[in-house]
Amino acid sequence: MSTTASRRPVARDGAQAHSETPPARRIRRLSRPSAPAVLLFLALLLPTASLLADGGWPQALRVDLVPALDSFADWVVDNRESHPVFLYFLLHLSNAATDSVAWVHSLLTSAGWAGVLAVAAALASYAGGGGRRGGAPATVALGSLAGCGLLGLWEQATETLALMLVSVAAASVLGLLLGLAGGLSDTAQRILRPVLNTMQVLPSFAYLLPLVLIFGIGTPSALITTVIYAAPPMVRMTTLGLRGADPGVLEASRSLGSTGWQRLWTARLPVARPQLLLGLNQTIMMALSMVVIASVVGAGGLGESVYQALKTRDFGQGLTAGLAIVLIAIWLDRTTAAAGARLGSPVGRRSTGFAVAVAAAGLLVGPRLAAGWPEALTVDIAAPLNTAVDWLVGAAYQDVPVLGGTSVWAGNFTSWVLNPLDAGLQALPWWSLLLLTGVIAWLVGTWRGALTAVLALSCTGVLGIWGKSLYTLSQVLVAVALTLLLGFAIGTLAARVQTVERLLRPVFDAMQTLPQFIYLIPVVQLFNAGRVAAITAAAVYALPAVVRVTTQGLQQVNPVTMEVSRSLGATTWQQIRDVQWPLARPALLVAANQGVVLVLAVVVIGGLVGGGALGFDVVKGLTAGELGTGLIAGAGIVCLGLALDKLTQPSSGPSSVLARH
Amino acid sequence: MTTHTHSVRSEIRRQASARNTRVGLAAAGVLALLTVGACSAAETGGDAKTVSLHTPSWVGAEVNTAVAAYLLEHELGYKVKTQQMDENPAWDAMSQGKIDAILEDWGHPQEEKRYVEGNKSVVAAGGLGVTGHIGWFVPKYVADQHPDITDHKNLNKYADLFKTPESGDKGQFIKGDPSYVSHDNALIENLGLNYKPIEAGAEATHLAQLEQLYKNEKPFLTYWWTPQWMNATMDLVEVKLPPYQDGCDADKKAVACAYPDVALKKWMNADFAKEDSDAAQFLKNFTWTTEKQNLVAKYVAADKMTPQKAAEKWVKENESTWKAWLPKK
Repeated sequence: MSTTASRRPVARDGAQAHSETPPARRIRRLSRPSAPAVLLFLALLLPTASLLADGGWPQALRVDLVPALDSFADWVVDNRESHPVFLYFLLHLSNAATDSVAWVHSLLTSAGWAGVLAVAAALASYAGGGGRRGGAPATVALGSLAGCGLLGLWEQATETLALMLVSVAAASVLGLLLGLAGGLSDTAQRILRPVLNTMQVLPSFAYLLPLVLIFGIGTPSALITTVIYAAPPMVRMTTLGLRGADPGVLEASRSLGSTGWQRLWTARLPVARPQLLLGLNQTIMMALSMVVIASVVGAGGLGESVYQALKTRDFGQGLTAGLAIVLIAIWLDRTTAAAGARLGSPVGRRSTGFAVAVAAAGLLVGPRLAAGWPEALTVDIAAPLNTAVDWLVGAAYQDVPVLGGTSVWAGNFTSWVLNPLDAGLQALPWWSLLLLTGVIAWLVGTWRGALTAVLALSCTGVLGIWGKSLYTLSQVLVAVALTLLLGFAIGTLAARVQTVERLLRPVFDAMQTLPQFIYLIPVVQLFNAGRVAAITAAAVYALPAVVRVTTQGLQQVNPVTMEVSRSLGATTWQQIRDVQWPLARPALLVAANQGVVLVLAVVVIGGLVGGGALGFDVVKGLTAGELGTGLIAGAGIVCLGLALDKLTQPSSGPSSVLARH
Repeated sequence: MTTHTHSVRSEIRRQASARNTRVGLAAAGVLALLTVGACSAAETGGDAKTVSLHTPSWVGAEVNTAVAAYLLEHELGYKVKTQQMDENPAWDAMSQGKIDAILEDWGHPQEEKRYVEGNKSVVAAGGLGVTGHIGWFVPKYVADQHPDITDHKNLNKYADLFKTPESGDKGQFIKGDPSYVSHDNALIENLGLNYKPIEAGAEATHLAQLEQLYKNEKPFLTYWWTPQWMNATMDLVEVKLPPYQDGCDADKKAVACAYPDVALKKWMNADFAKEDSDAAQFLKNFTWTTEKQNLVAKYVAADKMTPQKAAEKWVKENESTWKAWLPKK
């Protein structure tokens, strides 16, 4: 990190020309130590420390919260039928959730497949601006929904869709309200930021069990989990939109004599519409990624199909159900994206009429046809998929000439990278590790950030999960490093070669929305259950975002600067290293932050393939009913996230607000 | 500034009008949907009673549910709703009446204490007739090569055989799904075994892992159980642990004995049982054998039938068995 910082001056002129905000000049009360001196100091200190003192966290500094949390679970079970909080509040909430999802589902069912297709196409066409412009989104909507039917998953798709519609609506309203608060008040924003981070990094597996105990199984818990996970992007984008509103417009609005509310309603919100739509779009995507997890508590739908298929080892069928989720994601993404793209150009009266007519016709015809998708119109792609994957896995697993095979690589990687790293971290005494964290965070950012990082890390010790946290940390570090290495490399390539970017886009769409459960099976078959499988799963999940942000950042580098460097005789590599990378530094930092956050988000999934430690405990908390264990492991993951955030983000500048872009 | 103000004002007006059109359209859409919804709501809704059953995460137990659901629907005229979820959430759901019964339970002492003895929201519904057994297993090709490996006393001698990079200098022991009954960590510790337990994760990944190792004839030592449909394709041999005695697994930290043979049990929501409906009677009568369950499980897992189709096939071929489950009129 420090090397990039020191190289920045080379390109400072360009950086200012291209980005509107000059690099923040922070006032430091303490002067920062020089990097080489500190590193030398640590290089001497750490080995000595590990020789002199025992590794690990002292027993005396621990607080065991597990029994308290477990007895809370018992209390809930004993009181949920009598305590007023449950009777007069939570029960109603739970019933409202169940009823609204059931209602939407019955609407979708009664509209029939033809009705749903017509309405979806009409809405997409309207969102795209009607007429010719609306053609593309309408076609995508028709194609994706018909695809779900073709795959033989119409019924499950409507169940998922019902849950999605309600949870996205709830998450957007909640997100909008919180985002308004954050956009209008600085205090609110300061309070919200850690809350939002926790909402996204705390694994949903950890809080599913308490939700189940309180709200009951199935829809209510699934809905609330989804809302918790999916609302943050809406909050962040709303805040960003409100704060980014052009002061000129606000000034003008004020000069017209409007009150605060009017200004918000007629000027600030309309101006923030692009951000609001992007927030909605992201909320939909996040909600869709919860579908499988929701099925663990009985939410049904496509997630259940994925889960059911995998336990009979029917990878093809699981992938088919996963593809249906991807199709729904593509449909909703293109529709909202089209709505965002046409902002400001109104839809003509004729196009509106046409859309309404199509929808109405569909709703008239739909209910008269059979409710379900016709069986004759389905295709079975599971069997060929199974054959293909079996062949691939069989060919790559072992005895590959020269290369050795994936099982051998995984073994070597574990022996030569993971084991030493973990052993090293575990051997260090707790205070030396805290010192290390503090100093690095200070070198990278501010002393306040360093303090946060140290506190976050000590939290894991106090909670009694020091060793497990380090075990998980070693995996996360390797996974982030790999993801960033690959991500920057692919991102740089994609930024320079258009074809690569175009080819990668659909692949990434699928990687991001395909439930991780599905690719765990081939990952285990290739690499054996263990940490390498967990790391691979994490990298697969985090890579697309890193590549996207990197590509975007590099592409925005001022072409003039590039031209100048070229004319000065820079080679391609010099151009990348000395011009593009330094100039795109803010984007690369966001990419790094994304890498950390997304890798942490799948630590739990890693627990399902032998990642062990915190991820496994979180899963165990839900599935074995050990509330305390699960929640504390979840808290441990949040702490790691907090610490890593401070270790990878130079300042709390705009990059971390944008983190979830 | 003035032109700017004008443009802002017209922009605001234009957006307002656009918004009105959109609101109108949305309202029309909702209205149309409502009408449709209302019509169909009136059409559906017979007076068939609904029974909701738990669909567990493993195939053996899933087919109990499938067969019971098929018979409830086709013989007794009930509407059956099945809900898939993990075991612990399922117990909680049963206690709240969100599901009516669990048809295969391998033993959940904590939940029994909380819901059966505690708030009495769950009652026993008899045995399933299937005996479950959990144990430690190695593949037959390993047992053939090292015949004495099937006794836990010799396991340390073979720790090197099971060594992997994940387990470091110890032998690797592959654990099962975190939600399944297990005390492997305690066993390894208390029997003084030089092994490291590795979580293979969910059942799906556990099976994928074993299948892959088996296909490549690699040695492994794992948590495994019967009845299990994959026993038809994988030949595993059990490793003998110190014999089970009553109560030797009472203290979870001091366990040093084998897993017991478990007569798998059925449980019901107390209110559902009290109604004494045909459905409750039928579910209490429902008992079959390990072989029968495995057969239907094989239809699902190996022959890739849907559980419904598999249940239908079995029901058609085994009338004498299920006739006895129907409530006496």
